[in-house]
Amino acid sequence: MTETTPSTSARPRAGSEQPLVRALNVMKSFHGNEVLKGIDLEVHRGEVVCLLGPSGSGKTTFLRCINQLESIDGGRIWVDGDLVGYRAEGEHLHHLTDKQVAAQRRNIGMVFQRFNLFPHKTAIENVMEAPVQVKGVDKKAARQHAEELLAQVGLADKAAAYPGALSGGQQQRVAIARALAMDPKLMLFDEPTSALDPELVGEVLRVMRDLASAGMTMIVVTHEMGFAREVADHVVFMDAGVVCEQGAPKDVIGNPQQDRTRSFLRRMRSEHDEARADAAGT
Amino acid sequence: MTVTHVTDQSTTERPGLIDARPVRHPWRWVAVAVILVMIAMIISSFLTNDRWDFSLAGQIMIQQPVIDGLLKGTILGTVGSMVIGVVLGIVIAVMRISSNPVLRGVSFVYTWFFRAIPRYVLLVIIGSGIGYLYNTLDIGVPFGQQIASLLGLSSDLTIGSLNVNGITGSIVGGIIGLGLSEAAYMAEIARSGILSVDPGQREAAQALGMSNGKLMRRIVLPQAMRVIVPPTGNETIAMVKDTSLLIAIPVIAELNYQTGAIANRIFKIMPGLVASTAWYLIICSILMVGQFYLERYFGRGFGQQRPKTRRFARPAGAGGA
Repeated sequence: MTETTPSTSARPRAGSEQPLVRALNVMKSFHGNEVLKGIDLEVHRGEVVCLLGPSGSGKTTFLRCINQLESIDGGRIWVDGDLVGYRAEGEHLHHLTDKQVAAQRRNIGMVFQRFNLFPHKTAIENVMEAPVQVKGVDKKAARQHAEELLAQVGLADKAAAYPGALSGGQQQRVAIARALAMDPKLMLFDEPTSALDPELVGEVLRVMRDLASAGMTMIVVTHEMGFAREVADHVVFMDAGVVCEQGAPKDVIGNPQQDRTRSFLRRMRSEHDEARADAAGT
Repeated sequence: MTVTHVTDQSTTERPGLIDARPVRHPWRWVAVAVILVMIAMIISSFLTNDRWDFSLAGQIMIQQPVIDGLLKGTILGTVGSMVIGVVLGIVIAVMRISSNPVLRGVSFVYTWFFRAIPRYVLLVIIGSGIGYLYNTLDIGVPFGQQIASLLGLSSDLTIGSLNVNGITGSIVGGIIGLGLSEAAYMAEIARSGILSVDPGQREAAQALGMSNGKLMRRIVLPQAMRVIVPPTGNETIAMVKDTSLLIAIPVIAELNYQTGAIANRIFKIMPGLVASTAWYLIICSILMVGQFYLERYFGRGFGQQRPKTRRFARPAGAGGA
């Protein structure tokens, strides 16, 4: 493993550097239904990659494959140079044990569409849980770190609140703090704002924007075109289990080459306008 | 129109607080009267029918053998068998949702067998049958005797042995029997509790790098408890009463047997039954209080938030902005 520090000012892609995430020909099917048909992707340190595409295109499945919430049927994924889920021994691949899988996941933070906070624990307990239970961090130190993280997402005053007493946007920000508590090298966001009321989307995106400008490597499945355009270094448009088009956001979103990308973006734009008209009307 | 009826003055004034007359329910009052009369009749019969003999029942309740039976049979039996039942039940429930077909199958057969067999029959089998079938319980290597004779060893690889009759014929046998039976029911309760937890919880814990054991203990089971506790309270109360089956072992140091023994000796059957009934009512009332606090503990974070200060800070009718 080569030690590299992501530069925080700009996030240039050093060409020689090994990518943090490398996916090669990733395939996955559910009960004979092919969801991923050979995905290739590289994510470099400090880069923000947005996965766009219609629902059912396989973006969420691909994201879940990276931290092994789904197992892949074909292809390979490497995170930080380590093969995900398997150990190569001579000619053969061997499944990793549950313990080894858990160890690989520790470096990857994940934020879910439905937040999935632990409802029986307060906000700060949610953030402390993994450092204390998984890493064996001293409780006092974990609490202090958790307080800092909650402050970072703007929820210092909600430390003692149970998730049930928080709004969706607040819950999602706690969920981001919880994932950050493990000091991950990579953050995965699975439609982090899709379950939120429109007026709560902004506060979550703001936290994600801060995280991106602090140099965190992020893969974000999203329908927020504005966010993708402004924050992403690289945009990947997926459809029907394949990567249709990828590149800089100003090219893919601003000037799409593929028909499928164009029609998707047109649909998104009209929905967006409708939603805005609705909001204005009520 | 009824709306204008109240405000037919149609002033510019905006309508204020509502002070409406309640709907009358005459038949409810009839029902209440009938029930009150019936209760009065029952109380009057308690006072006038001296065959009830409540004072004798009260005396039977506090006899030393009755108290001993209550503590060493009924309460110890309930606690012991429920501990076995809950722990074993959770293990069986986890086995039942395992991906290993052998574990799944064993758990299914266990539940099938112990749910089918009546507790009374099970206790007779344990009390009388097991000691007859297996005189001693040898502790050593599995199939030690067969291995030893195959290899021509003088020892049969036994480390120690226990007198089975001494165990199965005592309260220990009764606790084991009731516990094994209870585990079958608890397994189903625990399974429904575990399945009630959102799969996203497990995923979130996995994504944080938790091991399977830890995510079960720290994340899934505490949330499952919210669903598990109320029916487990039911089971505990049922178990208090089922300790009266310990007589099938036979264990006579048990509440119902002891009150009955005294009542038979003095030819006062009814006061003896009243005495044991009263004790069962008292124990179950205490258990219900305990269940209330358990439910509140495991329900934290769910439903209405109830911080202690808010009860006083918010008078009825206030609130809402």
